Amino acid sequence: MTTLSAHQLVIDIPGRSDGTALNLSVQAGDIWGVLGPNGAGKTTLLHTLAGLRQPRSGEIHLDGRNIHQLRRKQLAQSLAVVFQERQDGFPGTVLETAMIGRHPFLAPWDVETASDLLLARQSLDLLELAHLEQRLVSTLSGGERQRLAIATALCQTPSLLLADEPSNHLDLHHQVQVMELLQRRARNDCGIFLCLHDLNLAARYCNRLLLLYPDGRACWGAKEDMLSLSALEALYRQPLTLIEHDGQQLFVPRASESPR
Amino acid sequence: MHAAESITHTGVFRRGPLPLLLLLALALSSLLLAIRVGSVTMSSSDIWAALTGSGSSLHQTLIMDLRLPRALAAFATGGLLAVAGALMQVLLRNPLADPYILGLSSGAAVGALMAMIFGLGAALVSGSAFIGAVVSATLVFSLANGRGSWTPTRLLLTGVIISSGWSALVTFMLAVGPTDKLPGMLYWLMGDLAYSRSPWPALTVLLAICLLLMPLGRSLNVLARGPLQAAALGVPVKQMEWGIYIIASILTAFAVTTAGSIGFVGLIIPHMLRLVLGNDQRIILPAAALAGGSLLTLADTLARTIIAPQQLPAGVITAMIGVPTFLYLLRRSQ
Repeated sequence: MTTLSAHQLVIDIPGRSDGTALNLSVQAGDIWGVLGPNGAGKTTLLHTLAGLRQPRSGEIHLDGRNIHQLRRKQLAQSLAVVFQERQDGFPGTVLETAMIGRHPFLAPWDVETASDLLLARQSLDLLELAHLEQRLVSTLSGGERQRLAIATALCQTPSLLLADEPSNHLDLHHQVQVMELLQRRARNDCGIFLCLHDLNLAARYCNRLLLLYPDGRACWGAKEDMLSLSALEALYRQPLTLIEHDGQQLFVPRASESPR
Repeated sequence: MHAAESITHTGVFRRGPLPLLLLLALALSSLLLAIRVGSVTMSSSDIWAALTGSGSSLHQTLIMDLRLPRALAAFATGGLLAVAGALMQVLLRNPLADPYILGLSSGAAVGALMAMIFGLGAALVSGSAFIGAVVSATLVFSLANGRGSWTPTRLLLTGVIISSGWSALVTFMLAVGPTDKLPGMLYWLMGDLAYSRSPWPALTVLLAICLLLMPLGRSLNVLARGPLQAAALGVPVKQMEWGIYIIASILTAFAVTTAGSIGFVGLIIPHMLRLVLGNDQRIILPAAALAGGSLLTLADTLARTIIAPQQLPAGVITAMIGVPTFLYLLRRSQ
């Protein structure tokens, strides 16, 4: 079982005080959700955990080894990242793009084999993109691109998946479909770490939450302990109403006291 | 059976090796045409005799000393420029990038024109151009590389600024240079193969670098999706970017040293190929070498025959062939 762990981790956001040092671990079965207002550092945290940015202090370990001492290729064989922003100035087809996820497993001279192709097709299937496989990425809609990014990460057969706003651009059906897919992956030996804007998706699908405040303070723990109305209202500086329906907790923002 | 069927649809094999074979055929025919036509047009049997060393001495000299070296030099230069352009576009993730965008050709131009003003021979003009290109590449990269990191935008802006600095120097030299040297200087600036000497250094570099790039093709595909995505997929981004920059600079330096600054090949060939063949660098790079080489060989053949006995700079012809072809492909792809 692969474990990604942060030890006394402080992310590096210029001009911000250190705040709370993070000590947490992501492993199979976990679905972490990071909640916080715009600019709280959710993306920076995700990039730092993926080893793409240097932390200000502290260490990140993959199975006990500092990730900055691992080769990127070695890291990529167990850890996949879904980014919020994507560049496709040189668009390939949908199938080619999904197949990029096999890159960490291929030697420079290797050509993708039939099993790589099979994995790519399976991932596209899971995200309902199979019918688009020959389309150029540049012709896809925002939601289709988002699903393709997730399919590419799944094609990487990761044991740890870090995703920045995976529900961005997705319609309601695909939001539920993606979150349920991630839930199944978590049960199947994958640790998942998500930055989320949608409080209700986090409340429903995550089992661990990290609340990240703009000043660098943070608190984390099991979902049940973290979903307190007052903590969330303070986090977003927004009055909320809690609705319980069929055992589900739903957080709805309240209108401002004096609308203008 | 099913596996074999599927694999024909993956990246490299999706269109099969057919495009590369077609381009290879195009390359060979363009070379053959180039050694065939000129002041004395030769039949295929004459050419064969000359190539195998049993032709008349006139034919022998014409082919082996004049036309073949020039045709090969044109082919190598075109190939170098097209591969360099394809690499620069991926490096800067900017489809408008060409091999000259970072100031290499204008640096080389300063070197070459300076040597011409001082009345140095062709070999020293080439050497001086090479030094100019290397100085310019080093200057741009060290200036853009502040605090250990650089972004495509920073590199691009530094390149454009340095380039315009060199251009000002070039204009200055044209203004004050001796009148009898002006035509030669202008021809160099437009790109002209009359200055090319031995084609072998350029050909060797082209072949060596194409072989070197072959195992890097898939990493380049990943890099084209942005540095973060590439790093997350296990590509050592920094080393790759440095490597590409250095390789593209070497390719361009050899090209401008052989034939001056020939435009359009480096920008248009990679684009044309992307429109037709897709975005797999494993196909685009060898295809660029073949297509770029063919275009410049044909252009140079036209340049020296179209208003013979006078010769045009090949750069004029590459633009005249390249621009309409590119616009046609662009329209068709919509």
